[in-house]
Amino acid sequence: MTTFGAGWPTLLHKELLRFWKVAFQTILAPVLTALLYLLIFSHVLESHISVYEGRVAYGAFLVPGLVMMSVLQNSFANSSSSLIQSKITGNLIFVLLPPLSPVDLFIAYVLGAMIRGIAVGLGVLAVTLFFVPSLLYMPHPLWALGFALLGSAILGTLGLIAGIWADKFDQLAAFQNFFIVPLTFLSGVFYSIHSLPRFWQQLSHFNPFFYMIDGFRYGFFGLSDVAPLTSLGIVLTCALALALIALALLQRGWKLRT
Amino acid sequence: MRPAVEAIQLARRFGAVQALAGVDLTVHEGEFFGLLGPNGAGKTTLISILAGLTRPDTGSARILGHDVITDYRAARRALGVVPQELVFDPFFSVRETLRIQAGYFGLRRADDWIDEILAHLDLTSKADANMRSLSGGMKRRVLVGQALVHKPPVIVLDEPTAGVDVELRQSLWGFIRKLNRDGHTIILTTHYLEEAEALCGRIAMLSAGRVVALDTTRNLLSQFAGLTVRLVAGRVPASWQSRVLRADGGVYLLRLDDYADLEALLAALRTEGIAITELALQEADLEQVFLRIMSGARASVTAVPA
Ligand SMILES: Nc1ncnc2c1ncn2[C@@H]1O[C@H](COP(=O)(O)OP(=O)(O)OP(=O)(O)O)[C@@H](O)[C@H]1O
Ligand SMILES: [Mg+2]
Repeated sequence: MTTFGAGWPTLLHKELLRFWKVAFQTILAPVLTALLYLLIFSHVLESHISVYEGRVAYGAFLVPGLVMMSVLQNSFANSSSSLIQSKITGNLIFVLLPPLSPVDLFIAYVLGAMIRGIAVGLGVLAVTLFFVPSLLYMPHPLWALGFALLGSAILGTLGLIAGIWADKFDQLAAFQNFFIVPLTFLSGVFYSIHSLPRFWQQLSHFNPFFYMIDGFRYGFFGLSDVAPLTSLGIVLTCALALALIALALLQRGWKLRT
Repeated sequence: MRPAVEAIQLARRFGAVQALAGVDLTVHEGEFFGLLGPNGAGKTTLISILAGLTRPDTGSARILGHDVITDYRAARRALGVVPQELVFDPFFSVRETLRIQAGYFGLRRADDWIDEILAHLDLTSKADANMRSLSGGMKRRVLVGQALVHKPPVIVLDEPTAGVDVELRQSLWGFIRKLNRDGHTIILTTHYLEEAEALCGRIAMLSAGRVVALDTTRNLLSQFAGLTVRLVAGRVPASWQSRVLRADGGVYLLRLDDYADLEALLAALRTEGIAITELALQEADLEQVFLRIMSGARASVTAVPA
């Protein structure tokens, strides 16, 4: 008699192979992009922007923001592009025919997205440390890790939802350009929100991405715009809510099973 | 004996199209079952419901007693499906594709069985080739392999031989027959009726989402064993229009009730002054049975006011 184990580890493995086989585009390219941001922005803005009342150099301040931005964007890209590609080529059927449960699918796609996001984030961190070695002395590395994991989980889940929803690549691009990118850029990647006018400062508090990046940055400097525990609570709530939505969609087979 | 597949009053509508209109079907364990019907009859929709890819509007389906929705894990584990569409994942080689598919079913060390599948499907030399580099027929054989990788007791093949060359079709059927002898239940759709006639013990014919015939292949053949005549002529006598099974250019296939009918036909041709280019009597084969049933089904469908 044949014994059957769990199917999701294979789906996770496939998700990892999928980006690993094209690591040049999926890991190296985003690392290079982040590096360019660092070199250009820190060079141009170093003397113009002061963060945390001048206690942290702008170049150093920028690095965690760029790392987190890379983590978030690549997590989203991984699950969303995997799903849309499978849907458009039709090979999603290979995942729909086996006895994979909604939870199995969720775990595999989101974990795959998290691993890609964290891999790119580590790459960005490794390269930028070369320019800002002082960052190696992180006061709270576990906080940084926790926010990176939660942020990548949130964006991996958003990618899963967007990938299920979209029928075409341009719809996915629209989701990314009109939702993910603005929320990331307006979250304080390049600045501390305390340097913003009051109105924008208030508005930032409604952006969940702000808490991910602010909490992540706390791990590096022990300084943040919002208390890290508050950020953690908000980010955790978002992660859980999105997970529930994604699971409900998978359970109903929305857009996947006709 | 529990049925391998049970469909109970399955109905499914897509917009204005009633793809399935109440299908009841039972396939027993160990059967080699044929599902025939013209394009759009609902064969793929039925299979998709069995596989859990499509939800029925009403009705239910079970694989080896497991409901395809409420007990989907057991149902899907028991079922292997070769999809009609030629799909593949361009990231992987043939062997990787099969290993991954086995893994989705939770099978870890399936390499021996995968080697066996590759050999039977004549894919051994292509095992490490990327899926992209395969010909259409080879890709289809990989699809067959993927459906078999978890050794499902029930195997459904949705037009598995479309685009496969004659020689390989033979070896593919040899393999499927062997699986059937080993106890696997086989359900097959095909538009090659000789194939269905040679392989299937029992056949269901679908038309416009309904089962219009369901019997053993032998009964279907004998029940409709009436003669047919192949006629090449300018036209068919007016009184014989209702007997036309197929009209293809100037080539007509007409249904005869018995040999005496032949005289009546010749007489009608003579009275209407129609010149005969060619005329041949033909034994019943499944194609003719199919054409008769389908022309009957069409007639009964059009007879019902919309
Ligand atoms: N997802 C869908 N959306 C809309 N219509 C659909 C969908 N799937 C099937 N149909 C329609 O349902 C009907 C039955 O289609 P189905 O694919 O089951 O036919 P089939 O018997 O498999 O035909 P073929 O021999 O061409 O494969 C067709 O009219 C088809 O257009
Ligand atoms: Mg079909």
